Amino acid sequence: MPISMPAIDPATLQRRQEIVAALRRIVPDGVIDDAASMAAYESDGLTAYRQLPMVVVLPETTVQVSAILRFCSASNVKIVPRGAGTSLSGGALPLADGVLLGMARFNRVLEVDYANRCAAVQPGVTNLAITREVEGRGFYYAPDPSSQIACSIGGNVAENSGGVHCLKYGLTTNNVLGVEIVLIDGEVIRLGGRQLEPRGLDLLGVVVGSEGLLGVVTEVIVRILPKPELARALLVGFPDVESGGKCVADIIAAGIIPAGMEMMDRFAIHAAEAFVHAGYPLDVEALLIVELDGPGAECDHLIERVAELARANGSTTLSMSNSEQERLAMWAGRKAAFPAAGRISPDYYCMDGTIPRRRLPDVLRRMYELSVHHGLRVANVFHAGDGNLHPLILYDANKPGELESAEEFGNDILRMCVEVGGVLTGEHGVGVEKRDLMPVMFNETDLKQQQRVKCAFDPASLMNPGKVFPTLHRCAELGRMHVHRGQVAHPDLPRF
Amino acid sequence: MVTLVPRDAADIRDAVASAADSGGTLEIVGGGSKVNFGNPNRQADKLSTAGLAKVIDYDPPELVLTVEPGVRLADLEAMLVGHNQMFAFEPYDFAGVIAGEPGLSTIGGVVCGGLAGSRRISAGSVRDHVLGFSAINGRGESFKAGGKVVKNVTGYDLPKLVAGSWGRLAVLTEITLKVLPKPPVTRTLVLHGLSNQAALDVMTRAMGSQAEVAAASHFPASRKCDAITSIRIEGFGPSVDAREKMLKRSLVDAGDMEVLDGTRGDARWTRTNIAADLDAVGRPVLWRICTPPSQGAKMLSSIAELGGVALLDWAGGLCWARVPIEAAAATVRELAERAGGHATLIHGPDNIRAITPALHPEPPSLAALSKRVRQAFDPAGVFDTGRFAAP
Repeated sequence: MPISMPAIDPATLQRRQEIVAALRRIVPDGVIDDAASMAAYESDGLTAYRQLPMVVVLPETTVQVSAILRFCSASNVKIVPRGAGTSLSGGALPLADGVLLGMARFNRVLEVDYANRCAAVQPGVTNLAITREVEGRGFYYAPDPSSQIACSIGGNVAENSGGVHCLKYGLTTNNVLGVEIVLIDGEVIRLGGRQLEPRGLDLLGVVVGSEGLLGVVTEVIVRILPKPELARALLVGFPDVESGGKCVADIIAAGIIPAGMEMMDRFAIHAAEAFVHAGYPLDVEALLIVELDGPGAECDHLIERVAELARANGSTTLSMSNSEQERLAMWAGRKAAFPAAGRISPDYYCMDGTIPRRRLPDVLRRMYELSVHHGLRVANVFHAGDGNLHPLILYDANKPGELESAEEFGNDILRMCVEVGGVLTGEHGVGVEKRDLMPVMFNETDLKQQQRVKCAFDPASLMNPGKVFPTLHRCAELGRMHVHRGQVAHPDLPRF
Repeated sequence: MVTLVPRDAADIRDAVASAADSGGTLEIVGGGSKVNFGNPNRQADKLSTAGLAKVIDYDPPELVLTVEPGVRLADLEAMLVGHNQMFAFEPYDFAGVIAGEPGLSTIGGVVCGGLAGSRRISAGSVRDHVLGFSAINGRGESFKAGGKVVKNVTGYDLPKLVAGSWGRLAVLTEITLKVLPKPPVTRTLVLHGLSNQAALDVMTRAMGSQAEVAAASHFPASRKCDAITSIRIEGFGPSVDAREKMLKRSLVDAGDMEVLDGTRGDARWTRTNIAADLDAVGRPVLWRICTPPSQGAKMLSSIAELGGVALLDWAGGLCWARVPIEAAAATVRELAERAGGHATLIHGPDNIRAITPALHPEPPSLAALSKRVRQAFDPAGVFDTGRFAAP
């Protein structure tokens, strides 16, 4: 494991039996401390990193979570919260001297409030289960990360998860109205509610996407939306990536915000087609899937507009869905892109940078150069509407040095994303994976400001330390003020 | 008390560092349209953002706009309209309601005030459209957060935190916002004479339908006119036509529906956004009350019992209320809290604002956390001007 985690505290490990006993007093039936059973928790969706936790605790109530955090705070024990363990950035990677706090037993939908178009759910409820709960009344929960069948809403809140539909419907943060959160000292706080605005600072906005570093969320209030009347999709092939990229820009410039707009490059198209036989054209360099949803009249109108724009940009193949079955068939290949990569390569590494869309052709050209340089193949799928790239780097972990090369390649891609004006992660989170690249995007002052916010929630840095921030600063050190008394400040500043 | 007019971010850094050193305080001022918001008894030098008024980058197909905070909202909106785009959160100019002349409102003020208009229920608030920023914190340090692309989860989402922070965390020096296409067609469907509860039911049904309602408001009946309930739909022509039919069909029991096209309807929404049609005579205190939408009708009757007048926006989730001086702030806030929401004192006579915190007081544990977060940006209290102080 090339990444360094916070130094293990031998004193904590020495007290392990005592800590296990204390946790068992709080959650008698929810403590796991034998290595064989804890193995299930040693990694999340970023399987290249593994670590057994010191102990696993699976609370069932907010009172228990509060007691666990109060105990850990008083005993100076680190905590790693975990939802369903589907993070692709190692956000739930355990610590050898830390308690792994699993939220899987918080699995109830507490209330669906149709009058206010929201649902109160426990954090262990899966993303898709929310939609399943409300679809009978014609509603759904909009964010749809590809792991939605397994990932939990608590994890979505921690990572601010996105999905195929977030260009039109937003990320998790735009669809969460409130949370109940337990702070490290055991204090239980409610942020937001069923109303639309916070009463003071928007702390909910910071908690969403904080990757488990600020507290443990024990309840989530999400917005639910009426399911659109219809969804239709187009499948368009282009002879080069430039034309595909130009088409995407033209669609948005025409005032159309599709429900989803996905692009695949040649390698990804071929891999997906070989895997699921979706009927994708194989003689194109870029494939665009555009989905429109809304009233039937809107879908029918816009699908023609999009088709015109595609033809104007030199599309060589174009088909439109005329039934739900056809629409799903168009998506089948895209949705199978990751397993398809898994089929043609023993391992793959999924990246997640975002770029300004106008830089797409340039970024792809350089990515193929990097592919040659690192001697590893890369398949590209992207959320084209919002410029979120998911290059899949293919490697074989059994070949010496290939994992390291894949990581190097990935880092080069992310550095390039930042260089062209983009960001390190569009929806997967920083976690441990991109932690050490944070200085590429943020300078020391930027990172210190973020860490000072963390200190306001967690002054002893016990919540998920080792994630997001490359350097751990003590809060006391961050809080120091440098005073420049005696200097003449801004002597020539205009004053009135 | 002086007004500082920095020319650039470096000037602001100096001004803040100097204030931090000397124990001074700074009130950040944009166009001054909200200057009468909050406690009038504040002792602070003013820091104007007028010198930072450049558009830095605007690339319409990227849906991203980067500007300095002092650019006027009206200028930006004109620029966006030229590309058939808009700020979807529907910002509005408080001029005439709180203070100042129309047209002076700046984008920095819009972001820091966090006030979104009627489209809040469909397009989100200011916080949902601030992608990134650069700023000077209370230590006089320049820092940035967020990004300049529409999808980003790198680091904490501090852009959410500065939206609606009322200048209590940092001085913004550059803001990146998400912009969206302006719908080519907007239409307002109006129902007359509904009771408050019937109007709430209509808005709830509309919001739960597939008609993708952009905005929904209700003016209760007054001595001067009948109740007016409005539902706005917008988008491409064929879609708006279909949704109008959909709503007419599903709300057939609510009476005759009047249809207002584009500008005629839009003008009404602009007035709704600043509660312009609430009669101010004898009711000088203006509240903005956010509750779960289902509580809207109850809020209207509670405000009427206090001798006030009120309207509902956000399909019931926002109640604008004008009340007489005798209606105690504590009573209004208790009503809001009992309804599961909170109340912001937007405007009122100086003596009322001097004894009433503008923002709804938070429970002690939340207030303590908010204070620690403010100190994380501003340990010396440079931006703590007393504007939000409790008496």
